[in-house]
Amino acid sequence: MSQASRELPPFVDYVVLPVVNVITAFIAAGLVVLAISENPVEVVKIMIVGALGTPEGLGYTLYYTTNFIFTGLSVAVAYHAGLFNIGPEGQAAVAGIGVALVTLAFDGAPWWLVLPFAVAAAMVFGAAWAFIPAWLQARRGSHIVITTIMFNFLAATLIVYLLVNVMGKAGSMAPETKMLSDATRLPLFGTLLKPLGIDLGQSPVNPTFLIAIAACVAVWLLIWHTRLGYEIRTAGTNPQAAVYAGIDPARIIIISMLISGGLTGLLAVNEVMAVQGRLLTDVAQGAGFVGIAVALMGRSHPLGIALAAFLFGILYQGGAELSFDIPKITRDMIVVIQALVILFAGALGNMYRPMLERIFARRPDRRAEETEA
Amino acid sequence: MTEFFDMIIPVIGSAVRLSIPLLFACFAGLFSERSGVVDIGLEGKMLGAAFAAGAIAYHTGSATAGLMGAIFVSILLSLVHGFASITHRGNQIVSGVAINFLASGLTALLGQAWYGEGGRTPQLPDSARFMPIDWPGVATARVNLGELGNFYVNVISGHSILVYAAFVMVPVTWWVLQRTRFGLRLRAVGENPHAVDTAGISVALLRYLAVIIAGVLCGAGGTYLAIAQSSEFVRDMTAGKGFIALAALVFAKWRPFSAMATCLLFGFLDAAGSRLQGTPLPFIGQVPVQVFQALPYILTVVLLAGFIGKAIPPKASGVPYTKDR
Repeated sequence: MSQASRELPPFVDYVVLPVVNVITAFIAAGLVVLAISENPVEVVKIMIVGALGTPEGLGYTLYYTTNFIFTGLSVAVAYHAGLFNIGPEGQAAVAGIGVALVTLAFDGAPWWLVLPFAVAAAMVFGAAWAFIPAWLQARRGSHIVITTIMFNFLAATLIVYLLVNVMGKAGSMAPETKMLSDATRLPLFGTLLKPLGIDLGQSPVNPTFLIAIAACVAVWLLIWHTRLGYEIRTAGTNPQAAVYAGIDPARIIIISMLISGGLTGLLAVNEVMAVQGRLLTDVAQGAGFVGIAVALMGRSHPLGIALAAFLFGILYQGGAELSFDIPKITRDMIVVIQALVILFAGALGNMYRPMLERIFARRPDRRAEETEA
Repeated sequence: MTEFFDMIIPVIGSAVRLSIPLLFACFAGLFSERSGVVDIGLEGKMLGAAFAAGAIAYHTGSATAGLMGAIFVSILLSLVHGFASITHRGNQIVSGVAINFLASGLTALLGQAWYGEGGRTPQLPDSARFMPIDWPGVATARVNLGELGNFYVNVISGHSILVYAAFVMVPVTWWVLQRTRFGLRLRAVGENPHAVDTAGISVALLRYLAVIIAGVLCGAGGTYLAIAQSSEFVRDMTAGKGFIALAALVFAKWRPFSAMATCLLFGFLDAAGSRLQGTPLPFIGQVPVQVFQALPYILTVVLLAGFIGKAIPPKASGVPYTKDR
């Protein structure tokens, strides 16, 4: 994602280029809206009002943001190590099993007592599901993209099997566990903040959001301020050089995938312990894939990821509102936008680079700054 | 014994039918990856094609027009992939992911906007579909030839033209790859693009041709799903088949005849899984249907792990080609 270029000043490389890419994606999305004969400006207005216009809307937006931060960070950490973790969907599902096991075991205990165990279970189970593809990549050279795709499907079948045959609610055909008791279920901000006079309505945002923010800081510290982070970045940019520097690439592959899986796992705390209050078959609901778009858009930097996750939160919440107001535009519009962002900010991320290089190369003062730096 | 045959022959027949979308997608991936372009967008291309086939067959009343439209849409998606990964040397995985989402989102969105049936296309009459073809002598074979006749009726005969096309594609692909100049160059560009470039042949052109072929084949696969196997497009109707095809490709080590065998095996697992739902097997007892669903993936992972031979992809696959300056 961050193919640093010597030709471009950092400001252009890290701000202008990604912004231009994302704008292209949104223009293309606007064309899609025009193609089904609706007004793009109207659509944007409805989405923004729906996502940010009311405290409840904002609450929903931040709930989506929480999930996207976790998966975005997860994809980004792997990417810094030169790996493409396409398996957050599956890792989140398995983490959901872990959270369900812990919360159901402690069901009835107060939530603040259970939360640390649920967080630990989420991270351990998510990391465990990432471990096998990581080990196969590190020790057997199996391509991690293929194996993580396979593991997404395996997790999906595993969770259905467990919910139908093992963990399901007694006397019910629905593939879900029983509801957590109110004491154990993580309370929503709406409930917590009501005494303070803040009304977030029914919105599902909850203390997991704070964990997501903490995770951003932790990943930033890890990647740029620790020895391990340095090793991860070195192994990711140049594995040969890393070997000469005494770094074992296999070890880095496994460690960074464990961190990646653990971060995704936290999504399960948000879904299972707070929002749904039970384990359902689809834990991540596509958030694992949104994480790819978020990491690409945020250029694998926690600040960028938080902003991109917020933008996608707006899209998801705004998109939900949109389908009420304009029935012709379903929530699938969000998937289209997501695809266009992945395409233009990711695969075609360097499309504008030659053009920008031509524009900014004309300014000798900037070039001089570059060489000095 | 007769009972066993009566049970197994329809399962084989349905295995053949279920393996067809896998076959088309798998061979699409084979052409693309042998040329050095990794394609995880098979799923998306098939889905886009299925939608086009359903929609166009509905408006024109012609299955052939549906097929053509499907191929056209699938090639368009292929060209997006080519533009990103060949021309702009972007990440091929990222591009494939984008194509999968683009197809999944657009088909559902447009389907709802145009037809308002929750992303479906309208139900097609038989005249606008690819219908099963009965081979000569089916009636007599059923009566006179016993198990052999049963096999003839259920497995050999009674499929649509696309099924036979898929099986013709297998030796043709082998021949093209192994016996023609184009095939040699295609394999070379996937192993050592520098050598091909040095020989004065355009790496980009060859790779574009490969992704276009992939587009044609995914188009046929999508058409089969929408207007041969069923009579309408349903949202997300590929349901992971593009990924199973990708697994089959890895499992077959990128070779045509092994790919066919793998697709048939995965198709058989699928058919057996639904046939055996709720019926206990001798000695093993009841097998949860999830086991059959998971088997293709488990087998592929085990193979990838190097426990049953090693799957080595074409050397240059996934690597954008940069001319030395």
